[in-house]
Amino acid sequence: MSAKSGFVPLLRTLSVCSLLFAVAAEAQDDPFAEYREMMGDDNPAIFVIEEGAELWTKPQGPKQASLEQCDLGLGAGVVKGAYAQLPRYFDDTRQVMDLEGRLIHCMVSLQGRDRSDILRKPYSGTGDMGTELEALASYVADQSMGMPIATPQDHPAEKATYAMGKELFFYRAGPYDFSCATCHRQDEKRIRLQNLPNLTAHANAGEAYSSWPAYRISQGLVRTMGWRMQNCAKQQRLPQLLPGSEAVISLITYMSVNGSGTEMAAPGLKR
Amino acid sequence: MAGSIRIRATLTGDVAEVKALMRHPMETGQRKDSAGNKIPAHFITEVKATSGDKTVLQAHWGAAVSQNPFLSFRIKGAKAGDTVKVQWLDNKGQTGAGEATVK
Repeated sequence: MSAKSGFVPLLRTLSVCSLLFAVAAEAQDDPFAEYREMMGDDNPAIFVIEEGAELWTKPQGPKQASLEQCDLGLGAGVVKGAYAQLPRYFDDTRQVMDLEGRLIHCMVSLQGRDRSDILRKPYSGTGDMGTELEALASYVADQSMGMPIATPQDHPAEKATYAMGKELFFYRAGPYDFSCATCHRQDEKRIRLQNLPNLTAHANAGEAYSSWPAYRISQGLVRTMGWRMQNCAKQQRLPQLLPGSEAVISLITYMSVNGSGTEMAAPGLKR
Repeated sequence: MAGSIRIRATLTGDVAEVKALMRHPMETGQRKDSAGNKIPAHFITEVKATSGDKTVLQAHWGAAVSQNPFLSFRIKGAKAGDTVKVQWLDNKGQTGAGEATVK
């Protein structure tokens, strides 16, 4: 009798404990999901999107032209849905280009600006409040919100770019003998608190691709897909990847094609 | 864009939940840029929220608040159609403001 009455409260205590543990484990798993929930539809990236929209229509450079005639793949000046269908082959440059590469191309060809000037500081450093490229990328990406990733694979050059991206993804190099695949080809892996997406798998690749550009809470800045690639290469101690370079475009193509069909949700909100 | 605040105010019963997102660098004065120069302190020192003529929230902020701060609070006794205004003042004397109608 006394043994039984002692048992029930013990069971209760146990179940409360396991409940608490479950809640704590969930919060530990993804504190950023909680943060996102708290923020609701508010994302500080909205300010950057607004800046990008202004920069898009602002006459700049020696030619005092805006970017409104820039062809992002769906015709001159069409921004809606363009990001979801990049990278793609462009007839005028005869190469596959990603968003950042194309934006730089438009700044050079339409506005008459110097490519090396733009490449001097494409991404923000400590204490910066964002660069032009980051703002423009945010604006263009936002115009594809909710649309499925549909990176074309029709042109032979597009297929070749995907193949090269795949090769680079698995290519081990540098002092650490690292490749992208070292961290990104297995399910359910993490580095410290961060889940590492398996970029060879459709669901993970789509989720990752669709959330860039993203506002990084820890940095107070919007970071672009090109920055993500550059930073990954830096962490692997590989040579610097330049925005719009063949290597970056190939890797981005490999990721976007793997994630095809996933709805765009950029600019996202990340740690 | 500096100085802008994005505000939403949604009514549930007689409580309005206000969410305000402010554009501000919130520099602590402790950081250095890539060239090694100290970045001067620049942060919001005062935040005030008013509904009509009434002050509903007043706060003193410091350098510990994040960049692009997000502030959420609730106003009891709010009605649909009320205007909520949020203002900030920073250590450089700059101000920002934004307002929204309770829906």
